[in-house]
Amino acid sequence: MAKELWKGNEAIAEAAIRAGCDCFFGYPITPQSEVPEYMSVHLPKAGGVFVQSESEVAAINMVYGAAGAGMRAMTSSSSPGISLKQEGITYLAGAELPAVIINCMRGGPGLGTIQPGQGDYFQATRGGGNGDYRTVVLAPSNVQETVDFVQEAFDIADLYRNPVMVLCDGLIGQMMEPIEWRPVPKRDLPPKDWAANGRMGRENQNSITSIFLDAEECEAHNDRLTAKYAEMEEKEVRWEEIQCEDAEVLITAYGTPARIALTALETLRAEGIKAGLFRPITLWPFPEKALHTLAGKDHIKAILDVEMSTTGQMLDDVRLAVEGQKPISYLGHAGGIMPTVEEMIEWAREALKEVK
Amino acid sequence: MAIVYQKSAGLTDKGLHYCPGCHHGIIHKLVAESLVELGLLDGAIGVCPVGCSVFAYKYFSCDMMEASHGRAPAVATGIKRTHPNQAVFTYQGDGDLASIGAAEIVHAAMRGEKFTTIFVNNAIYGMTGGQMAPTTLIGQRATTCQSGRTVEQAGMPIRVAEMLSTLDGCVYAERVCVTDIANLNKAKKAIKTAFQKQMAGEGFTFVEVLSTCPTNWGMTPLKANQWLKENMAAYYPLGVIKDKPISAEVK
Ligand SMILES: Cc1ncc(C[n+]2csc(CCOP(=O)(O)OP(=O)(O)O)c2C)c(N)n1
Ligand code: SF4
Repeated sequence: MAKELWKGNEAIAEAAIRAGCDCFFGYPITPQSEVPEYMSVHLPKAGGVFVQSESEVAAINMVYGAAGAGMRAMTSSSSPGISLKQEGITYLAGAELPAVIINCMRGGPGLGTIQPGQGDYFQATRGGGNGDYRTVVLAPSNVQETVDFVQEAFDIADLYRNPVMVLCDGLIGQMMEPIEWRPVPKRDLPPKDWAANGRMGRENQNSITSIFLDAEECEAHNDRLTAKYAEMEEKEVRWEEIQCEDAEVLITAYGTPARIALTALETLRAEGIKAGLFRPITLWPFPEKALHTLAGKDHIKAILDVEMSTTGQMLDDVRLAVEGQKPISYLGHAGGIMPTVEEMIEWAREALKEVK
Repeated sequence: MAIVYQKSAGLTDKGLHYCPGCHHGIIHKLVAESLVELGLLDGAIGVCPVGCSVFAYKYFSCDMMEASHGRAPAVATGIKRTHPNQAVFTYQGDGDLASIGAAEIVHAAMRGEKFTTIFVNNAIYGMTGGQMAPTTLIGQRATTCQSGRTVEQAGMPIRVAEMLSTLDGCVYAERVCVTDIANLNKAKKAIKTAFQKQMAGEGFTFVEVLSTCPTNWGMTPLKANQWLKENMAAYYPLGVIKDKPISAEVK
């Protein structure tokens, strides 16, 4: 198939249309505004609905309404806007509605910067909304993966009746890359016989709700959700291991830093330093077992977690997975400053000196 | 034996949880009857709020969704835009609509979303135990203004129907109450008109129903009825506030 040059954000929108997105609701925010812009032109032509909402709060609730009525619904935003969507996301999870949410992350906290960032890892994986819930979080590291994941996200959402987030950083949204529109894995999807889309002669009434005031009923609902999350943890976890078979130094990174790490790997290997990359693709479910096993291998001497965040967020999951088997260091930047190849190389040299 | 009265097919058999003398139940009945009489029930999709009517989805027999606090107009937008030929309505209290959901209702009206909002204004937060609402009258006591609402502290109460009627997208706004048969009939006519205009694709339609909360007002149901007529209706005038003719050209 021929390669085409696409800008990340526009490719996200086009991928959603190709995946049968029925409706899109969004609000402008840099660096993701090309998604609603593209949708406003192309989604109606494809027979879908585009509404520019008054806020991100409204956008996610429009998604709730459309998803509750059985539609494939999507919204996109960037960090501060995603904060506003958290209420809607917990309601989607609680009412078990499928939806696709794109976060084209920028730096924070507060208004922060419009430069790329990865400071929303906790918000995405722990759930910024209230209550016990999980969202599947897919973290692409290039435009090709982004378009593949956006298409797949709709199927994953429909299969589990759960919101799915595609978490990319602003760099991926703004970058142009050659991609191909290759087929993505399709799931066998159950009919949406639960949708509140008007009875139209249907025997039973359908209602969409997340309120369970009776204690037993509420616990049963939570138990059912927990069982669903356990199934997702088992079936949806994804990661990539690059040159890890003999690696002595292991870099953990997702999104853009994982791309940068690939260059560091090349240089290090050329120097004779055996370096590998462990790249979580689903941030939730986190590939905990895989990383635990890898970290336990004798050849791994030291681990470096690299993120576009100064405090280190995925670092917590890396530590939980590694369980103290090997020393872990952290390299992080914020404000749109990227971790560099040189920094990674320097760390690798130092780390090896220390353990040898 | 002839049947002279029957519960509307628009309502389920579930027993209502509302307090004695609360108007929510009467308003449910009027909405349900209107949907049935207009032949809209089967395709209808309703959105209930956070507030005492949070369980309205158990009472209406059409498909329903329970929205987060104040967001029902956004939820209804998502539904109606993707199901343009079906009757869609929101049912919201005054804390839900006029306070936390003020942005959502204003923008739905501005966009001329083709759904109907039934706004139940009881001048107080019922579900949470009688706190002040944006609609609480000056001098009216609530648990967060125990000596009565003052202008200095909280400003003047908001007249939502009048405010929304300034927006072109809002084609119909009427304020009604259900304190007696004459008003009940007017209320039903208003609700039916709103649904008819919705289905004719005219724009956003809004019916504000003044309602009682005997429990949190600290009154008997009869006293509450009387208080509504004497005090609420004095500040919130009853009647048609806006009825844009179908052919009105948008310039
Ligand atoms: C985000 C959020 N804030 C606050 C609440 C608590 N709460 C529940 S109902 C309600 C007020 C409802 O009052 P109103 O809309 O006037 O309806 P009524 O109960 O009087 O019918 C509030 C504040 C909530 N559920 N969610
Ligand atoms: S608290 Fe007030 S509004 Fe709520 S059910 Fe009772 S009377 Fe009705």
